[in-house]
Amino acid sequence: MLAYLTRRVFLAVLTVWAISVISFVIIQLPPGDYVSSYIAAMEASGSTVSEQEAQNLRIQYGLDKPIYVQYIKWMRLVLRGNFGMSMEWGRPVVDVIGDRLLLTIVVSAAAVLFTWALALPIGIYSAVRQYSIGDYVFTFIGFIGLATPSFLLALVLMYLGFTWFDTNIGGLFSPEYALEPWSVARVWDMIKHLPLPALVLGLTGTAQLIRIMRANLLDELRKPYVEVARAKGLPEVKVILKYPVRVALNPFASTIGYLFPYIVSGSIIVSLVLSLPTVGPLLLKALLSQDMFLAGTIILMLGVMTVIGTFVSDLLLMWIDPRIRLEG
Amino acid sequence: MAETRIARDEAATTVTEERIWVASQWQLIWWRFRKHRLAMAGGIVILLSYLVVIGADFLAYSDPTASDANRSLMPPQAIRWLDDGRLSPHVLALKGRRDPVTLKRVYEPDPNKKLPVILFAQGFEYKFLGVIPTDRHLIGVEGARAEESIFILGTDQLGRDLWSRLMRGTQTSLTIGLVGVALSLFLGILFGGLSGSYGGVLDTVIQRIIEVLRSIPTIPLWMGLGAAMPRDWEITKVYLAITVILSLIGWTELARVVRGRFLSLRQEDFVLAAEFVGCSRMRIIFRHMVPSFLSHIIAATTLALPAMIISETSLSFVGLGLRPPAISWGVLLQNAQTIQALALSPWLLIPAIPVIIAILALNFLGDGLRDAADPYEV
Repeated sequence: MLAYLTRRVFLAVLTVWAISVISFVIIQLPPGDYVSSYIAAMEASGSTVSEQEAQNLRIQYGLDKPIYVQYIKWMRLVLRGNFGMSMEWGRPVVDVIGDRLLLTIVVSAAAVLFTWALALPIGIYSAVRQYSIGDYVFTFIGFIGLATPSFLLALVLMYLGFTWFDTNIGGLFSPEYALEPWSVARVWDMIKHLPLPALVLGLTGTAQLIRIMRANLLDELRKPYVEVARAKGLPEVKVILKYPVRVALNPFASTIGYLFPYIVSGSIIVSLVLSLPTVGPLLLKALLSQDMFLAGTIILMLGVMTVIGTFVSDLLLMWIDPRIRLEG
Repeated sequence: MAETRIARDEAATTVTEERIWVASQWQLIWWRFRKHRLAMAGGIVILLSYLVVIGADFLAYSDPTASDANRSLMPPQAIRWLDDGRLSPHVLALKGRRDPVTLKRVYEPDPNKKLPVILFAQGFEYKFLGVIPTDRHLIGVEGARAEESIFILGTDQLGRDLWSRLMRGTQTSLTIGLVGVALSLFLGILFGGLSGSYGGVLDTVIQRIIEVLRSIPTIPLWMGLGAAMPRDWEITKVYLAITVILSLIGWTELARVVRGRFLSLRQEDFVLAAEFVGCSRMRIIFRHMVPSFLSHIIAATTLALPAMIISETSLSFVGLGLRPPAISWGVLLQNAQTIQALALSPWLLIPAIPVIIAILALNFLGDGLRDAADPYEV
C-alpha cells in the first residue's frame, strides 16, 4: 500500500516536472525573447521602452543567463504564482485565464461522469443480452463513436441543431448569464448547458468502455460461480449485479488514468467548435499570436490539472478496489 | 451405408487437420483473418483508400488549387445519366449571379446547354506516381474545361473544386498517418525491445518515461509544438515536422506491445534452445523472436494508424498542423469550422465522411488482425 502510494506520488511529481520542462521549451521555441516581444508590443501600442528598462527586464527575467538558469528562475516565479504578462492582453496571465480553467475542469469532469453513467448500464445490457437487437444497435453506435473525432461530432451536432431547431447549440451559458458574476442561477444555467459538450467529449471513451465492459462481463458470466448462484435460486438481477458485474467493473477503475488526459485534450478542440469559454480557444489564440507566456502557462496548468485529477481518482479507486494496487 | 459415411467424414476431418498441421503460420493467420467478415470489409476499404492515394491526381478532374471567385461556394452538382431515355451522362452548364436581396451567389443550371461527361478526359497536367507526365483523368467534360463546368461535390469559398481537393487531401492525410506510424514503430520497437530484452533499471526508466508521456494531455502539447514551427516553412518541411510531433507520443503504445511480447517470448522453449545452442543475442532477436511476434506488431500498427490520422486532422483543423496551400482532410474541414459556413454551405462538411470511414475501416481491420495474430491460441 505504502509502496504503491510512494511510487504514485513520485510518478506524479516526475510528470509535473516533465510538463514544466515541455511548457518552458514551448515558451522558448519562437525566435526572440520575452523582452524583445514585450518591447515590440509596447511600441505597437504607442508607448516606448527605454534601453535601461529593457536591460532591467532582461535581468529581472534572467534572460542574460544560460538556459537552465532561466528555467530555474521561471520555475521560481511560477511557484510564487507569477506567470508573467500576456503580451496580447497586456495583463498578467493569471487574470486572463480567470475562471476558464475551472470551466475546463467542470466540462471534463462532466464528460467523465457521462462516460461512466452511460457505459455501465449499456455494457451490462450488451453482455447479458448478447446478440440481441439492442446489443447490435449499441455496438454500431459504439463503432461510430469510436471512429468520429470529437470535433467532427461537434460540427455535425451544430449543423443538425441549426437545420432542425434553428438555434446555435454552442456555448456554456445563455447570453444573459455569459458576463454575469457567479450566482446560483448562473451555475444552474451552466448545468443545463453541460450535457451536450459532455456527450461530444465522452462518446469515444464511452464506446471504448462499453466494449471492454461487455467483453469482461461475458467472460465472467461463463464462470461456474454464476451458475452456482443461479442454481441456488438467486433472482437473475442479483446473480448478475452482485458478483460478475463487480468483477467486470475493474476496467472502469483502470481506464480513468488515460481517460482523463484524453478528455481534457479533446476539450481543447471541441471548445473551439462549440465556443465554450474554456482555456481551449484562449490557448489557440495565444499560440497563433505567439503570446508564449500565456500559451506556456495554459499548457502547464492543463498538465498539472490532469496529473492531479488522475492521482485523486487513482486514490479513490484504490480505496474502492484494493486489488488494483497489486497491478501497479 | 451409414458406416461408409462416417468413414468418409473421418477422412475429411483428417484431411483438414492435416492441412492445419502442415500450414505455415501466415497461412493460419490468413485463414483465421478470413473468418472475420468486418475485418475483411475494412481491409478492402483500406486497400481502395490507398489506391486513391496512388491515383489521386488521376481521380481528380480539376486542378485542386485553381480558384475563381465566380465559382465561389457552388453546391454539389448532379450528373444526369439519361438524355431522352438514352444513357448519356452529362452535366448542365451553370450560370452564377448575385441574389440582389441576400447578396449570396446563386447558381442556375441552363437546361439547353448540356456538357457530356466522358471517361479518360484531358485535364490539368500532372505526373502519375510522380514520374510519368500525363494529362488524362478518370472523368472530364467534353468541349469545356473541367475547372469551369463540373463540380460533383461543389466548391469552397475560393471556387476550388471540392472533389478534386478531397482526392489530394486523402493522399496527404493517409500518407502522413503512414509515415507517422512508421516513425512511431521504429521508436516503439527500439525502446520496447530494449525495455523487454534487457530489463532491470533500463526497463524501469523506459516504463516511467512512457507513463509520464501518456499522462500528458496530447492536443495542447501538439498545438504548442505546431505553433512553434516557423510560418515560412515549405510544405514538405511542415509535413515532416508534423509526423515527428505526432510520433513523439505515438510510439509509447507500440513500445508497450513490443515489450510485452519480448517478456512473454523470453520464457519460450525455442528461445531458450537457441540460447543454449549459442546463438548471438541479435540472431535470437531477429531470427527467432521477431518472426513470431511480427503479426502482433502489424496488428498494433494498424490500430495506431487511426489515432495518427485523427491527430493530424485535428491539428490541421485548428490551423496548427498542415496549412494551405497543403491540402489534407483537416485543412478541408477548416472551411466548415463556423456555424455560418455550415448553415450556408453544408457540403463543406463532406470531407468528414472519408475521415470516419477510414478510421472505422482501420479499426475493424486492426481488430481482425489482432484476433488472427496468434493462430496457435485457441
